Amino acid sequence: MRHGTREYSLWTIAIVLVVLFALIPVLWLISISLKPPSEIIDQRFIPASVSFDNYKSLFEGGIDGSPFLKPLINSIAIALITTVIAITLASFTAYAIARLEFPGKRAILAGALAIAMFPPISTVGPLFDMWRAIGIYDTYLGLIIPYLTFALPLAIYVLVAFFREIPWDLEQAAQVDGATPWQAFRKVILPLAAPGVFTAAILVFIFCWNDFVFSISLTSSDASRTVPAALAFFTGESTFTEPTGSIAAAAVVVTIPIIVFVLVFQRRIVSGLTAGAVKG
Amino acid sequence: MEASAQKAPVKVSSRTRSERKLAWMLCAPAVIAMLAVTAYPIGYAVVLSLQKIDLRFPEQTEFIGLANYGTVLSSELWWMDVFNTLLIMVVSVSIELVLGMAIALVMHRAIFARGAVRTVVLIPYGIITVVAAFAWQFAFASDSGFVNNLPLIPDEMNWFGGHLSSLAVIIMAEIWKTTPFMALLLLAGLVTIDGGLYEAAKVDGASAWQRFVRITLPLMKPAILVAVLFRTLEAFRVFDSIFIMTRGAQNTESVSILGFNQLINRLNLGLGSAVSVLIFLFVVVIAFIFVKGLGVKVEEGRPGG
Repeated sequence: MRHGTREYSLWTIAIVLVVLFALIPVLWLISISLKPPSEIIDQRFIPASVSFDNYKSLFEGGIDGSPFLKPLINSIAIALITTVIAITLASFTAYAIARLEFPGKRAILAGALAIAMFPPISTVGPLFDMWRAIGIYDTYLGLIIPYLTFALPLAIYVLVAFFREIPWDLEQAAQVDGATPWQAFRKVILPLAAPGVFTAAILVFIFCWNDFVFSISLTSSDASRTVPAALAFFTGESTFTEPTGSIAAAAVVVTIPIIVFVLVFQRRIVSGLTAGAVKG
Repeated sequence: MEASAQKAPVKVSSRTRSERKLAWMLCAPAVIAMLAVTAYPIGYAVVLSLQKIDLRFPEQTEFIGLANYGTVLSSELWWMDVFNTLLIMVVSVSIELVLGMAIALVMHRAIFARGAVRTVVLIPYGIITVVAAFAWQFAFASDSGFVNNLPLIPDEMNWFGGHLSSLAVIIMAEIWKTTPFMALLLLAGLVTIDGGLYEAAKVDGASAWQRFVRITLPLMKPAILVAVLFRTLEAFRVFDSIFIMTRGAQNTESVSILGFNQLINRLNLGLGSAVSVLIFLFVVVIAFIFVKGLGVKVEEGRPGG
């Protein structure tokens, strides 16, 4: 197929527009984070001079003094723990749904979908009260439980979509050779399912990493506060300085791993996000 | 699913029974985890909403029936917040649908740099909503943002000083963050359309616009409705961007912000729970309208990211 010059230039414009749309806010954050404090209000998109002071101040004072380090550790730990538990539970469920016949299968899928639509803010009040009563307010567990609930539907749907495409004859072959359903699951299907499991894990991690409603409602200190909530409480180095520079630097620090993730696993994320979006 | 349904009757009943038992055992942990933080708390929220319960004055707790609902529904603030929430929802989802479709078409039909476009578009999806909200807030800040430095925009424009201009920035941030998800769902619908249809229409002399309206849109209707349903419900919960950018100043509160303020800031569990239950009912009604009114087949859909 031949393409005219005009068509090439139209596509170039369209692509440049899409790329600018996606990147400008990110470039702007990087720009502010690199401005020295005196130039933060110069309104320039490209910094006149570059300084790493904002980054240095983020980590100053180590784990006790830095307003950012402990929340960063909390965010990573809570997201990782939730991801491992959610993927384990969701794999069991998705396997049963994709593979076994049992009454209640449709109810589970419909229920998971309903939870995906559920407004998290509606659970915040009761959880706040319950968590304080049983003593898990402001702990990792207090965040992991609600994250798990809201991540499971996503994980189950993505995994069911992937599991349905696995060549199940292999499992039957294993069963003919005398394997129990459990052995067939663990030894044959799990290795085949690894790419789908990995994709679901990325999406669940991003979901936990992003949460703000639960983190700001169910924590009260750096003991378990995650980065998004900590950013909302950032203050300047002194009462008189705006925290703009340090917020921008912290924002860049938590954004870079996600950009690397996206660059490396682009194909997987797209397939996971759209898994089951179209009946296949 | 079909295959296993066909072979099920051939199996001996003990095997069917053990299969069911295994299935239930595999599903039980996830089902319990999902119900623990949804069904039970929403029931508890209903109970709390029927009481006068303020954690600052716990000794004054008493059952007051529907009085909290009366207080909420007769307050101007609640209706202002409902208006804001619905405005943000309708405007952002409409623009996202158009933009998302345009980006999906670029990703699908671009004659070069397809992979690069797909990767770049995923960046807003991956970024923390709070971080995106800060980026937009800083960009529009009247003293330090670059936006007021742009041509055609008055230098002294105070974006966060007015109701509608604040909402406009909030809506822009929401659109930026979630359009990629919309675009990817639409792209998934787009790739299933048989390219031969377009060739045939071309031969018959249909213009690009006619091909889009007569072929693409009707065939994508199910994908569009599912994407719009999930985005609508997500947009209805809008919280992070407003909290970061205005904290509800200039009357920009959403219903979620109102619920949060009552529950966590004022510790008024009774009134806050009434707001929570009303938000829940709103979501049920929106979902019902989509499923019954527009015929969305949710089983074909998927939960949002």
